[in-house]
Amino acid sequence: MTNRAIHRIPPGTRDVLPDEMRELRALTETLRGSFEDAGYGEVWTPALEYEDVLRTADANAAGAGYRLFDDQGRVLALRSDMTIPIARLVATRYRDAPVPLRLCYFAHAYRAVEERSGQAREFLQGGIELVGSPGPAGDAEVIALVIQALDSAGLGRHRIGIGDGSLYRTLLATFEVPEERHLPLLEFLSRRDLVGLEAEVAKLGLPDTARDLLTRLPTLRGGPEVLGRADGPVAEAVENLRACDELLAERGATDRVIFDLGLVRELGYYTGAVFEVYDPAVGFALGGGGRYDDLIGRFGEPQAACGIALDVQRVHAAQAAEEAIS
Amino acid sequence: MSAPLTIALPRGALLEPTLDLLDRLEIDTSEVRSNERKLLFAEAGLVTVRPSDVPTYVEHGAADIGVTGKDVLLERPEREVYELLDLGYGECRMVVATRAADDDIVESSLRRLGRVRIATKYPRIAAGYFAETGRQAEIVEVKGSVELAPLAGLADAIVDLTATGRTLVENDLVEREQITVCTARLVANPVAHKLRAQDIDSLIERIREAAQ
Repeated sequence: MTNRAIHRIPPGTRDVLPDEMRELRALTETLRGSFEDAGYGEVWTPALEYEDVLRTADANAAGAGYRLFDDQGRVLALRSDMTIPIARLVATRYRDAPVPLRLCYFAHAYRAVEERSGQAREFLQGGIELVGSPGPAGDAEVIALVIQALDSAGLGRHRIGIGDGSLYRTLLATFEVPEERHLPLLEFLSRRDLVGLEAEVAKLGLPDTARDLLTRLPTLRGGPEVLGRADGPVAEAVENLRACDELLAERGATDRVIFDLGLVRELGYYTGAVFEVYDPAVGFALGGGGRYDDLIGRFGEPQAACGIALDVQRVHAAQAAEEAIS
Repeated sequence: MSAPLTIALPRGALLEPTLDLLDRLEIDTSEVRSNERKLLFAEAGLVTVRPSDVPTYVEHGAADIGVTGKDVLLERPEREVYELLDLGYGECRMVVATRAADDDIVESSLRRLGRVRIATKYPRIAAGYFAETGRQAEIVEVKGSVELAPLAGLADAIVDLTATGRTLVENDLVEREQITVCTARLVANPVAHKLRAQDIDSLIERIREAAQ
């Protein structure tokens, strides 16, 4: 063996060579074309933000994993998503602009990863944000656009899961579960430990119907018929999802949608509908998003908003798998 | 008709009861039973892997669902898989054990040396348990034959999984504390849980019926 020095790159980062780069570029051009055609103008923001800015949006700085000090001793953080920088941008640069405001982006974001987990530390996100279009109408617009953009990229089997991040909390409040019992339940839910959840729910001593719903809600997913099964106690959230379903039907996109009452997203700034994008060829979600009606208000004038981000590398993997079967 | 769900099966002690369960669900396991070296059974949709690798295969979607021990899931909580069902079999206990002669070594080490030294294959579970119980522990990770560690002087105590307690007794070790009870669990890939919802739900339904 020749004695060659190995100059490593940090785990979870990668070099991209021309063959892959051409495909990635073609993919982002296709997605950007779809977004631009729908009126979503592209923006850039700095990869480094003041850490305070991220904390203003989310107590956990949206999971930012890398911080450094600048020459003034201020703490900077590498952004972990694009939604917070865009909320900051909208509140400062579009203060008096007419809404709805439609923006898209293609940018790298950074998160801490476990070594050798196969997860990306630096990942390319492509996404859209729709500002000033509240409720199901806004939700349906971004969902339909992402479905259509992925169609243009050559995917054929992708689905978007729609849920409501506040559903489980609402349900707990309806059944008058004491506040101090919520946290363990929500932790089991976000860890997707349904066995633990069932055991914890059983300890609450609720009537059978309440216990049954709290245990089964996370597994209610499928077509619009699942909405009927949670009608009573969480009627408002379900009503929103049903309205979204009708609007998606008008756009001919319902067959691509999965209603998922157990859907939870980790980020703290979501206020209503949450989304996740799937393709059978990839074991992880291709992307996700949701409605964040309180976020922009933390930086300035409140604005209802929602968006979805796609992980471009994963969409690329799905695209390659789709080509292989067709 | 869509392809069958791909199921990751744990090799080792959990394999036999898992195959028995699949038999009751009328999933063909004869090939797995007759061929110990083979790992992939494409037609039946089965793969056999180490129990600790089951969450990895399932998280990445190489298998839609899988069966593994709760001990494995507790040790790797960052793996993003749905834990859907307690299958009830394969019951083991996660325990703290020390040499029979050392009946107060945990307390005396803590008192005199400020920490207790624990050898284990489960560093996360062990560290979490001692932190929860307010005791400083130095965790020494070993890959096998944990029972040897206190005998050879590597550690004061061990944290390990035991089904019958026989290995402990044979090595002159005594169980001092029980951390938790672990059984076999059914886990699912989050994407498959959405896209193959009907297949997965009907499988769970059949498992529940078979258990009755």
